[in-house]
Amino acid sequence: MSKTLNDKIDAAAETLLNRTSRGREDFETLVVVPIFAVIVALILGALIMLATNVDLATIGKSYVALAHGSVGSLSAISETLTAAIPLVLAGLGLALGFRAGLFNIGAEGQLLLGGMAAVVAGFMLDGLPWVVHLPIALLAGALVGALYASIAGWLKAATGAHEVISTIMLNLISFRLLDYFLRQPFIQKEGRADPISKSVPDSAELPRLLDWIDPNLRVHAGLFLMLAAVAFVYWILFRSKIGFAFRASGENLHAARYAGMHSSFIIIAAMATAGALAGLAGASQVLGVLDRATPGFSAGIGFDAIAVALMGRSHPLGVLLAGLLFGALEAGGRQMQVDAGVSIDLISIIQALIIVFIAAPLLVKAIFPWGFRSDSQAKGGAK
Amino acid sequence: MISSQTQSTQSGTTLDSGKARQARITGAILLALACLVLFVFGMDASGDATFRLSRPTDPWAVPNLVVPAGPFNYIAGAILAFLGVRQFLQGGVRWTSLSLGLGLAILVMAFLVWATAGKAFSLTGMLQATMVRAVPIALGGLAGVLCERVAVVNIAIEGMLLAGAFTGALIGSLLGGWGGLAAAVVVGGAFGFILAALVVTYRMDQIIAGVVINLFVLGLTSYVSSQVFSEYRHLNNAPVFRAFKIPLLGDIPVIGPMLFKQNLFVYGALILVAISTYYLFFTRNGLRARAVGEHPEAADTLGINVYRTRYIHVTLGGMVAGFGGAWFTLGSVGRFDENMTGGRGFIGLAAMIFGRWHPVGALAAALVFGFADSLQQKLALLRTPIPSEFLAMSPYIATIIVVAGFIGKAQPPAADGKPYVKE
Amino acid sequence: MDVELRGITKRFGPVVANDGINLQIRAGEVLGLLGENGAGKSTMMNILSGLYAPDTGDILINGKKVVFEDPGDGIAAGIGMVHQHFMLVPVFTVAENVILGVEPTGRFDYLDLKTARKQVRDINDRYGLEVDPDALIETLPVGIQQRVEILKVLFRSADVIILDEPTAVLTPQEVEDFFDIVRSLRDAGKAIVFITHKLHEILEISDRISVLRHGRITGEGDPAKLTTETLAEMMVGRPVSFTVDKSPPHPGRPMLSVSDLCLFDAHDDFALDHVNFEVHSGEVVGIAGVQGNGQTELVETITGLTRPASGMIRFDDENVTRASVRDRHRMGMAHIPEDRLRSGMISNFTVAENMVLNSYYAPAYSKGPEIDWPKVQATAAQYCVDFDVRTPSVFLPAGNLSGGNQQKMVVARELERETKLVVASQPTRGLDVGSIEYIHERLIAARDEGDGVLIVSSELDEIMGLSDRILVMFEGRIVAEFDTTKGPIDRNAVGLAMAGASS
Ligand SMILES: Nc1ncnc2c1ncn2[C@@H]1O[C@H](COP(=O)(O)OP(=O)(O)O)[C@@H](O)[C@H]1O
Ligand SMILES: [Mg+2]
Repeated sequence: MSKTLNDKIDAAAETLLNRTSRGREDFETLVVVPIFAVIVALILGALIMLATNVDLATIGKSYVALAHGSVGSLSAISETLTAAIPLVLAGLGLALGFRAGLFNIGAEGQLLLGGMAAVVAGFMLDGLPWVVHLPIALLAGALVGALYASIAGWLKAATGAHEVISTIMLNLISFRLLDYFLRQPFIQKEGRADPISKSVPDSAELPRLLDWIDPNLRVHAGLFLMLAAVAFVYWILFRSKIGFAFRASGENLHAARYAGMHSSFIIIAAMATAGALAGLAGASQVLGVLDRATPGFSAGIGFDAIAVALMGRSHPLGVLLAGLLFGALEAGGRQMQVDAGVSIDLISIIQALIIVFIAAPLLVKAIFPWGFRSDSQAKGGAK
Repeated sequence: MISSQTQSTQSGTTLDSGKARQARITGAILLALACLVLFVFGMDASGDATFRLSRPTDPWAVPNLVVPAGPFNYIAGAILAFLGVRQFLQGGVRWTSLSLGLGLAILVMAFLVWATAGKAFSLTGMLQATMVRAVPIALGGLAGVLCERVAVVNIAIEGMLLAGAFTGALIGSLLGGWGGLAAAVVVGGAFGFILAALVVTYRMDQIIAGVVINLFVLGLTSYVSSQVFSEYRHLNNAPVFRAFKIPLLGDIPVIGPMLFKQNLFVYGALILVAISTYYLFFTRNGLRARAVGEHPEAADTLGINVYRTRYIHVTLGGMVAGFGGAWFTLGSVGRFDENMTGGRGFIGLAAMIFGRWHPVGALAAALVFGFADSLQQKLALLRTPIPSEFLAMSPYIATIIVVAGFIGKAQPPAADGKPYVKE
Repeated sequence: MDVELRGITKRFGPVVANDGINLQIRAGEVLGLLGENGAGKSTMMNILSGLYAPDTGDILINGKKVVFEDPGDGIAAGIGMVHQHFMLVPVFTVAENVILGVEPTGRFDYLDLKTARKQVRDINDRYGLEVDPDALIETLPVGIQQRVEILKVLFRSADVIILDEPTAVLTPQEVEDFFDIVRSLRDAGKAIVFITHKLHEILEISDRISVLRHGRITGEGDPAKLTTETLAEMMVGRPVSFTVDKSPPHPGRPMLSVSDLCLFDAHDDFALDHVNFEVHSGEVVGIAGVQGNGQTELVETITGLTRPASGMIRFDDENVTRASVRDRHRMGMAHIPEDRLRSGMISNFTVAENMVLNSYYAPAYSKGPEIDWPKVQATAAQYCVDFDVRTPSVFLPAGNLSGGNQQKMVVARELERETKLVVASQPTRGLDVGSIEYIHERLIAARDEGDGVLIVSSELDEIMGLSDRILVMFEGRIVAEFDTTKGPIDRNAVGLAMAGASS
């Protein structure tokens, strides 16, 4: 049967083009739940401090330090942004994976190896002008991150191995690989016995942005990389053809297959993109902040990024906001440790609690019934 | 009826069934292993490999096993090649998984012989260590079996192990070993209950819930150990359950030290595996639990409370994991370190998959991982040319191979990972 | 045992599934419950069996009010239900399924399977059910699985037996046997509720009939005084004929030809066993068969989702055996999948996104690597109008539409373009009569425009109504062929072929 596609549509069809608004519901999930989540998490954090014998005055002091260290001064804001850059980059990759139905826990490993590659590209190509050198170092990081992530993608596509377990194992493997690399003579810093890499020359470093105000302000050009990545991932997910296929596979793999989408390709492509972003996060960390690679230089960023992606509901703008929040917690947490002597590990607890409440809105509604429309359709849980 | 078509059998094309393809892949793998064994392990090995089977103090001494390394590996390579070629011929199709399993076993033997060539190596010691190192993995796998049999995916086993380890150290320091053990079990169960609440009642995504519990436990235990333990060291100094020998049985050569000269945790793991096997497959409640995992709607229509069943089993799984976690502190060093479980919970999940969601299978798989784990430790002593970092990776690589299903594939419970929403 | 439902109301969100229902069920009587898909029959019986709690209304047993907290209470009160979708654990044996929930046990909670087997055999003998207690459910054909469901109910000595659309999966002969079982149960004094949307069945088996529409009882009566016409009108609310108007076919060149197609299942048995047939342009070929006899595999192989182990598929004179799903789609093959929620659409995607699920990449909808969303949305809106998809907006998630509108959306996506072959699998399963009629018209229209149409359905009436040629599948083989253009064909002959009787 033949049909001609008309660019003109009926008047009846025009009326179907009005957007339906789900205002109130969206407002609840996007604004009310996260705010409650943060508040409850901070309160529970205080209770945990109480339980570990921290007195009330110190608790007050630590939360003041938390606020002060994250947004209280220019240097605090610079620290927050610096901490947010790799979190957002890696979080974007994870978010993209989540949208494609891939629960990639492997950002940590991808980030480590990506960072390692950026360092190697940095010191090996010493002498290039920075316009070439810096992009190459960044690219090296992205590429190695993508390749490492593709292993898990390939395993899933070819054998059905669940990516959660395979990426966790790849993380553990990457720690050993890093240890190994850092002892290789051509990587290890000359004259050092401990595992530490050579330094990245200036031409491959991400320049600091505010050092003309104060040389201690660490925020660097990775900030632009981060913003560009937010726009890029937004475009991929919601504008591009491949992004449509990613989202379709993530929502309903069967329907995507029936619609002729190539699931193996999609899985590998989505993992590779996610890995590239994680690798970029590692690269920006070594090229912008650390200047070299050491064992565990990733400092758990890859795991925190999971929380960032979840909190941002796998939406690029959400990831940006969540990354800034977690960056602030990170920066403030360091201040807290200094001022009040409370271990920065408390921040991980608060982060985990935030995610619990975000990922289980029913739980938040059960705790704060008055925060939500009372005739809410959702029924609360089991009988 | 106008015409009726019957099947035509004169088709010229060859039929390509899934099993035939799998057989060919297996064959290729076996041939590759054969090359590896022949050209690397065989050519490179000289002298005899000596395996010690008993210690001088043992009542019944067993002579050492001495293997000429080169010839052994040439024979091993030949067997592998034979198995591989057989896969390409018609008859091999029937024994594909078995051949692959046998091939891998031969590979491990050849590797050991190659690494030990010209040296001596205590096989009994290694088997004993295998058992010990298999314990947390087996218990993690068993916890996974209990949860997934009622269709709750438990990624949080890692966190539950860590929580058990931490509680064991803390309470063990205050109340002694038994108190610490009981507390570890209770805390593991509490996290199981929390997981059940999050996924059953609050319908949180099961994987997210698991990941979050892991992050939370990691954060909490690290926080307390840096906030409290660093200051009050006596709170992190628990007594350790020592190994005790079971009379007579413990004196059997090789097997004795492995199974009957161990600490509480080894015996506990073996007993728990036996009990859960009986429970899951031979009792009324086990049948009901499996029904909930396979077809929750059906169970519900028959008056079985799906939610309660899931709560109970996930909590039980948490308790098993808590017990397994206590092994890290009360069963070995008595002291808690940050993130000391090092991914054992995830390896436990792989053991569950490898063990086909059966307690005994999970134990057997855990022994394989325990073997890989202890092997890398012992090999470091033999000074093989392989860098220690790569040896340390071997359990992880083994895990990947297992979850990738290179060694057979089994079906998880049908409803695994799916929330049950009534109405 | 007599049961009475009084003023039962049940809502699912905005949907009122049951609206003030009153119903009487009497011992020794078969109550026929008629209603089209979505009328609320299953909901009402799920309430009676204790699976759902009613929002308002009472259940009275022998005049006394009862409240069921869960199905266990319903079972204890003597109410047993055979669900529309079987509630059997595939990896358990028959005996394990039958005893589940009321297991005989020994010490230490030990499951006494020996006693269980004996008890199952006893019931087997009493009612002539003939089921092997040790067989695994997944190895049994659906007809036998249904007997296991009945065994379950009898094992719990239910006095009220609810049968929810039990005949949907049976061949005509199996239906006759099944009716014998139902009658013997009635004669044994059980109260039976027999649910169906098939008019001739309800007239044959019932002692009393109640008709349900939009959650309300719209008619009651004695089968002797009712005709299919009056019943149909009570059920749908307007006169309906249930016949498809169509002109004689004009078959042209072969559009699809399948030769020697073989496929293996997970156990290495034949899922498709040397299948040969052709579909010509301008004709409708229907594939009849009890579900699970290879129809799904056949459709997946034809549309490119599964690679056959051997054989060839030609589409429009090209060998497409190794072509991808997308290639076949591009060449003009339309596919209406059997399970729209699982594989035909994405519930969380908007109607517009679903409309381009398999053509989003085409130049018409994209600019370079980007999708041209305004164009997609305008086209989707037009399709909705053309195919009577009732939605307030194309930005609504497809999951919010009713089943009929979802299916029309899928049909619109597949047919609103240049097509040559339409493969429709269970195209009207679970839909209301209005949507069924509409989709049938569209399929015939596609034929009349020169497409080849292949329809797979387990509803024999649908196959007989639509097809110009009928092929019957049994155990992965095409076992019989009927030509409907040369005079009426014998329903029983088709039924026998579906049951594997060789001719
Ligand atoms: N569990 C449920 N959740 C939401 N809606 C439901 C549920 N079950 C049934 N419905 C809705 O209730 C109506 C009646 O359904 P049902 O009782 O299954 O009808 P029938 O059995 O007569 O085909 C339909 O509109 C259906 O979509
Ligand atoms: Mg129904």
